[in-house]
Amino acid sequence: MHDLSVAELAHALRSREFTSTELTRHCLQRIRSLDSQYNSFITVDEAGALAAAASADARLAAGEQGPLLGIPLAHKDIFCTTGLRTSCGSKMLDNFVPPYDATVTRLLRDAGTVLLGKTNMDEFAMGSSSETSFYGNTRNPWDTARVPGGSSGGSAAAVAARLVPLATGTDTGGSIRQPAAFCGITGLKPTYGRVSRLGMVAYASSLDQGGPMARSAEDCALLLNAIAGLDPLDSTSSAHPVEDYTAQLRQPLTGLRIGLPREYFGEGLDTATGDRIHAALALLEQQGATLVDITLPHTGLSIPTYYIIAPAEASTNLSRYDGVRYGYRCEAPRDLHDLYTRSRQEGFGDEVKRRILVGTFALSAGYYDAYYRKAQQVRRLIRQDFLDAFASVDIIAGPTTPGPAFGLGTKTSDPLAMYLEDVYTLAVNLAGLPAMSVPAGLAAGLPVGLQLIGPHFDEARLLNVAHQLQQVSDWHRQTPGEASE
Amino acid sequence: MNWEVVIGLEVHLQLATESKIFSGAATRFGAEPNTQACAVDLAMPGMLPVLNEQAVRYAVMFGLGIGAEIGLRSVFDRKNYFYPDLPKGYQISQFQEPIVGRGHFDIQLEDGSVRRIGITRAHLEEDAGKSLHEDFHNQTGIDLNRAGTPLLEIVSEPDLRSAEEAVAYLKTLHSLVTSLGISDGNMAEGSMRCDINLSLRPAGSEALGTRAEIKNVNSFRFVEKAIHHEIERQADILEAGGQVVQETRLYDAERDETRSMRSKEVANDYRYFPEPDLLPVVIEQSWVDSIRASLPELPAAKRERFIADYGLSAYDASVLAAERPLADFYEAVVKDCGDAKIAANWVQVELLGQLNRSDLALSQSPVDAQALAALLQRILDGSISGKIGKQVFEAMWAGEGDADSIIEARGLRQVSDSGALEAMVSEVIRANPEQVAQYLAADENRRKKLSGFFVGQIMKLSKGQANPQMVNDLLNQQLANAGGHGNT
Repeated sequence: MHDLSVAELAHALRSREFTSTELTRHCLQRIRSLDSQYNSFITVDEAGALAAAASADARLAAGEQGPLLGIPLAHKDIFCTTGLRTSCGSKMLDNFVPPYDATVTRLLRDAGTVLLGKTNMDEFAMGSSSETSFYGNTRNPWDTARVPGGSSGGSAAAVAARLVPLATGTDTGGSIRQPAAFCGITGLKPTYGRVSRLGMVAYASSLDQGGPMARSAEDCALLLNAIAGLDPLDSTSSAHPVEDYTAQLRQPLTGLRIGLPREYFGEGLDTATGDRIHAALALLEQQGATLVDITLPHTGLSIPTYYIIAPAEASTNLSRYDGVRYGYRCEAPRDLHDLYTRSRQEGFGDEVKRRILVGTFALSAGYYDAYYRKAQQVRRLIRQDFLDAFASVDIIAGPTTPGPAFGLGTKTSDPLAMYLEDVYTLAVNLAGLPAMSVPAGLAAGLPVGLQLIGPHFDEARLLNVAHQLQQVSDWHRQTPGEASE
Repeated sequence: MNWEVVIGLEVHLQLATESKIFSGAATRFGAEPNTQACAVDLAMPGMLPVLNEQAVRYAVMFGLGIGAEIGLRSVFDRKNYFYPDLPKGYQISQFQEPIVGRGHFDIQLEDGSVRRIGITRAHLEEDAGKSLHEDFHNQTGIDLNRAGTPLLEIVSEPDLRSAEEAVAYLKTLHSLVTSLGISDGNMAEGSMRCDINLSLRPAGSEALGTRAEIKNVNSFRFVEKAIHHEIERQADILEAGGQVVQETRLYDAERDETRSMRSKEVANDYRYFPEPDLLPVVIEQSWVDSIRASLPELPAAKRERFIADYGLSAYDASVLAAERPLADFYEAVVKDCGDAKIAANWVQVELLGQLNRSDLALSQSPVDAQALAALLQRILDGSISGKIGKQVFEAMWAGEGDADSIIEARGLRQVSDSGALEAMVSEVIRANPEQVAQYLAADENRRKKLSGFFVGQIMKLSKGQANPQMVNDLLNQQLANAGGHGNT
């Protein structure tokens, strides 16, 4: 049951091969017996899941036919869920139970999905390894001594371990694509504004974007169909028309021009990883695509640019966690100042504090022009690089990460080494583009991710290319062994 | 030393929108604490602001009302600071690109002179909540009902030169925004709050002196007092050879003094940067034009019209045109009674006088425009005299009914029956032979004075209800006859 794709599960549910309740019980059972190895869930909501499954079964019995009706899923613990703790991986929100749903949560609830629980993540989505969570680090199902990537590492690990067929993630600088690559699953970061940010706890507002994480492009398309679109309550969401993202999946790739940025294949790229990427590109070429060398000259500036803009926005987005209205409050504050400083000192972890400090500094009087304003100017140059490239190619491809999943604890004491992990993914967020990570086979037993980047709002094209690749390869069907059950 | 006073005002004006500037919560004043604060106002995780179009419309209306440049593209910024009544830890405001640019309006001073005051800019922002220090032992209560109420911050040029000018500026501004209908302008409820920037410089000097900012002065009277106090304070410092410190001061109405706020707050670095949760506000010129076409008549234009159409004096016109409710009331009285001058007189003297004495707002007046006009009609058609009219008005104010029923019930109708009046005139003449003799012996000038005595007696006899014109005519007639008799 847990090896079936979402489309197959939906078909089985509709043809009464099994019920959503049976499927849900099966998934919950797997979580119970396996997740102690991965720590991919922060909260498992058995009662809520079984109630949702019963309701989905009733709708199925009444003949309803939604493509996600009765399908179990997990939300990254950054999406607010009515009545279910939403911690954002932080002690600060350990006691926070939202009285409202995120738009993404609501749409998926309405679509009849069955929420199993909330997945682990780097605290406030700040990290590339899921090691900064208050709830302990998540482990990579391919090798539990390694990180699953981050910040959506819990969702990636849960999908890879086949605890759940579908999950949501968020991507501010690579947080869907990098863990998808490390865990050998398919993940899509949509165009900025394609999916509502309402009720998604903010890290960096101008970069954050929610999206699907699943085992195949087709499953991602099914999830995107349910969550894409304008939200009047998110002023930055787009009115750009929403397509049926499954409609173009089967189009042939003949004539497709794929740009390979030379900056993504140079120094720093692990050789075995590079080999897997070239093998995947060769498969696309066999299907009629043309590979074109391109350049994205400002790629090297994306790390410093991102690490000014994202912390700057985060430093003020996180000001609301002050111990006054909700969330963590220190014991017996002496006065207001003590309440603020100790609640935040005790409630936030080191990486979050580091970014708040960096961001506060970057916005300070006297430094604003040198850092924040300059970063915004460079951001426009990075975006222009991509727009120029898309004048001559349809999509851009390269590695998602410089190498495969690294060992737990190997980079936690060196933030700069950790930040370098994001070298291929950050520019996409700065430019607001859609991008995917698609499995490209294993290097030394660890998954490698092929990154596909498209023009604004061309998610359908990315899903089409990924799906075609998955028609001629079985990398996305490779699964980690189960150490013990 | 002769000092020139330089004043600029920043006014925070609450806009009269139904809902908040970035959320759907209501904005009514005086609700139970924290009953008008939604998840956005509470800065719950993941909540996002959505701009209220009505607030933008009101800002544009204000801009058009002061002849300002309208920012077709304006940008919201975050102003960062920690305070318990600021739930997000930042205020959404406009810093570098405000919606309203440079404009101006004219103020009229008591000596009738007019000065043009420049407006630097006006921008949209959200109000904070309130910290309640009373009623909580050793604790502070937070009421977030006000958090997110739309504010227009209106910044003047340093063009004002006295407390009188500052008050005239605020009254004119009040009159403008209430006429536009964009704010209730209620200073007591905090709908209009004023920060005063004040400095002194030697008369004739061009350079500005160091200014102090006085925060949150919330009545015309306090503005006047705070300015007087601050002028004195700064002059004392400068004359003693000292330097004014650039700082923020608070006006304490109870002690009538300003005092320095903690320097820590003055030294805030607000770390302004563009609000990433909102797109730049881009508005079309055609939208601005359509708002311009639907603007209500502004006080300055109304004043001119009252002078031209109703023949009012400049003073009467400026009193009656200043606030829309009063102007509307006045025009309704004119329409119903048909006489602009008597209406102007009665509205200003009797109506405003009674409102003042009773400490009531116009909207609470027990006598409405139609009722007042009905009374004035009775004066105009001679049914009662103006003097009796005042009695009737007082009875109406006390809730005794409309003009006609009071006149009827109290028997106040003017006596215009010539037979009855003739009898009364004869009686008075008969009863006062001495005065009649004096009258007849007097010259023309003295006769006029003496006739007043007889009129008084007749009015007394009629309980004030004799038609004065007819009394005069009949009295002159009978006195002339009396003189005729005496001669034959």
